[in-house]
Amino acid sequence: MSILIDEKSRVIIQGFTGDKGTFHGKEMIAYGTNLVGGVTPGKGGSRHLDRPVFNTVKEAVRATGAEASLSFVPAAFCADSMMEAADAGIRLVVAITDGIPAQDMMVVKRYLFRYQRDRRTMLVGPNCAGIISSGKAMVGIMPGHIYMQGKVGLVTRSGTLGYEAASQMKALGIGVSSSVGIGGDPINGSSFVDVLRLFEEDPDTEAVMMIGEIGGPQEAEAARFFREDMRKPVIGYVAGLSAPKGRRMGHAGAIIRAFGESAAEKVEIMREAGITVAPNPAELGASVAKVLAAGTKRVAVAT
Amino acid sequence: MDIHEYQAKELLAGFGVAIPRGGVAYSPEQAVYRATEIGGARWAVKAQIHSGARGKAGGIKVCTSEDEVRQAAKGLLGKRLVTHQTGPEGRVVHRLYIEAAVPIARELYVGFVLDRKSERVMIVAHPQGGMEIEEITQTAPETIIRAVVEPAVGMTPFQAREIAFALGLEAGLVTRGVTTLLGCYRAFRDLDATMVEINPLVLTKDGQLLALDAKMTFDDNALFRRPNVSELRDYAEEDPRESQAAEYGINYVALDGEIGCIVNGAGLAMATMDLIQHAGSSPANFLDVGGGASPEKVTNAFRLVLADPKVKAILVNIFAGINRCDWVAQGVVQAVRELRPPVPLVVRLAGTNVDEGRRILNESGLQLVTADTLTEAAERVVTVLKATGRKTGNAKA
Repeated sequence: MSILIDEKSRVIIQGFTGDKGTFHGKEMIAYGTNLVGGVTPGKGGSRHLDRPVFNTVKEAVRATGAEASLSFVPAAFCADSMMEAADAGIRLVVAITDGIPAQDMMVVKRYLFRYQRDRRTMLVGPNCAGIISSGKAMVGIMPGHIYMQGKVGLVTRSGTLGYEAASQMKALGIGVSSSVGIGGDPINGSSFVDVLRLFEEDPDTEAVMMIGEIGGPQEAEAARFFREDMRKPVIGYVAGLSAPKGRRMGHAGAIIRAFGESAAEKVEIMREAGITVAPNPAELGASVAKVLAAGTKRVAVAT
Repeated sequence: MDIHEYQAKELLAGFGVAIPRGGVAYSPEQAVYRATEIGGARWAVKAQIHSGARGKAGGIKVCTSEDEVRQAAKGLLGKRLVTHQTGPEGRVVHRLYIEAAVPIARELYVGFVLDRKSERVMIVAHPQGGMEIEEITQTAPETIIRAVVEPAVGMTPFQAREIAFALGLEAGLVTRGVTTLLGCYRAFRDLDATMVEINPLVLTKDGQLLALDAKMTFDDNALFRRPNVSELRDYAEEDPRESQAAEYGINYVALDGEIGCIVNGAGLAMATMDLIQHAGSSPANFLDVGGGASPEKVTNAFRLVLADPKVKAILVNIFAGINRCDWVAQGVVQAVRELRPPVPLVVRLAGTNVDEGRRILNESGLQLVTADTLTEAAERVVTVLKATGRKTGNAKA
């Protein structure tokens, strides 16, 4: 099993006919994703990558029964594309786009709460690499070949650091059930806790690797969730130990402003909760291997 | 993006926030002219740099004659001000703000921030202004007044009233308080700010409520739709290499170390810095080339890193997803041929089209060290760094 997506999930791409939609659409199809079509306003009725193109998400849902959408829509219009997907009944929206204004995201999150919990759209991203369920389906921009099928869930803020973790794990013969990029923005759709909860419930995920970075409260919230509500082990890492305070490190959300937002403080909070923290980014895979070998929720790792 | 105090005040005044009379000056003569224009007998001459705590650093002078204004302006213009927010290098003063000095009865604190926990705009207020709110958060957190804005509705008058009363404003001034608070909120929302701070908001002896200092920070992601805000950018306040990087579409932050980093992805870039530190050296910079790293963009990244005289070795670390290793490899080859870096270079490529990328590097015949894994990359860059150190040592001997 896996979380969020598998080979049966019917997926559309918003911003389908653009360069990114085309390049990654091809990659997704090659990986085995059930890509059923796409949306580009004004190009409805045509075909692209041998799939139908629609003007609106509603039309796409009606014609294809799409359940998930991947948005490459440019930053100025991306928030609107997420709300359009939610309104059309799409259950999972993955937004890759970087550079969306924070206040737009505030509005999007408020909009998603119009729907009752059981009908609510789950938003992943923006500014993320997307989701992959190894060997089944890919709704994102990651290089699919670096993920080996297996039983470790992966949840990361950074896309490339997630690739790093997956490839280190593969080199040690450790596979990934699903990998979810939650993105580097200060206001994002799904949090670490949202994804950890899904991995905790997934019968085929045995452990989770969580990769955070400086800025924001989500790693601390995840540490509390781990201590109180999880039985599966979590292996963590926080990027930015050498990052100065008050400087934005690329991601809009990667900035230390308040107490508890530095990498050292987050690592301490995670360790106190019982999460095994990798000592440096070259030992992401090795730290997972150690925890899997020990077979318990908490493992003492000398640092 | 940050702006100056006087710019923040002008913006806020447009939203109904009352401010003392004032004007900007670039020379002592202009400062005197501003003072006469403002009138009265007391003025504050305020250094305009992007930092708080300017008063403590000697950046604000209260003057009671035109001659004092001239002397104060002369003393401040061109001076390097060091506050605990600027770092030891400080900031050079290029602009002054001349303002009517008002008789203060009480100082209050009002701030608006984008709160990441609630994912809403949060209002933070305190009946004692002038102090730093971070300090109060540590010492007396229970005295802080907080309210969260529902984004679909916006800040409501009742919220503003509650805060105005909690700040201890007397009944006759509450309406002014509400106007000020709602004005700040509308400025925050309509200009895509991430922070608005009035510290202090003062109650004057003659019963006015005025913003005596103001600070605004804006969402870089929203500047495309706020031309009236983005034109306030002051390049003199920024590291020239960082401004250059922004022009190239590259995320670059200058640091103090010796290994220049060229990485894709912010997370991997931070992790690369961490690993260099772990391996016993130090990163000279954060650099994320971003998605779609064309050969030209990679060359520009080399330009930025090589402009830093502290750089003794360069580490390129690319894990391509949205990027392609062959493009990056072409970029590396192009950059080395064009710029001829005088320092050793370690390149680690992984991900999309990695075999093609490695082939391009290997067949280029260039002097560079390649690495397959992150561990190898860090070890090799520290090794080449030490080797150069020895070489230089030998040459001197």
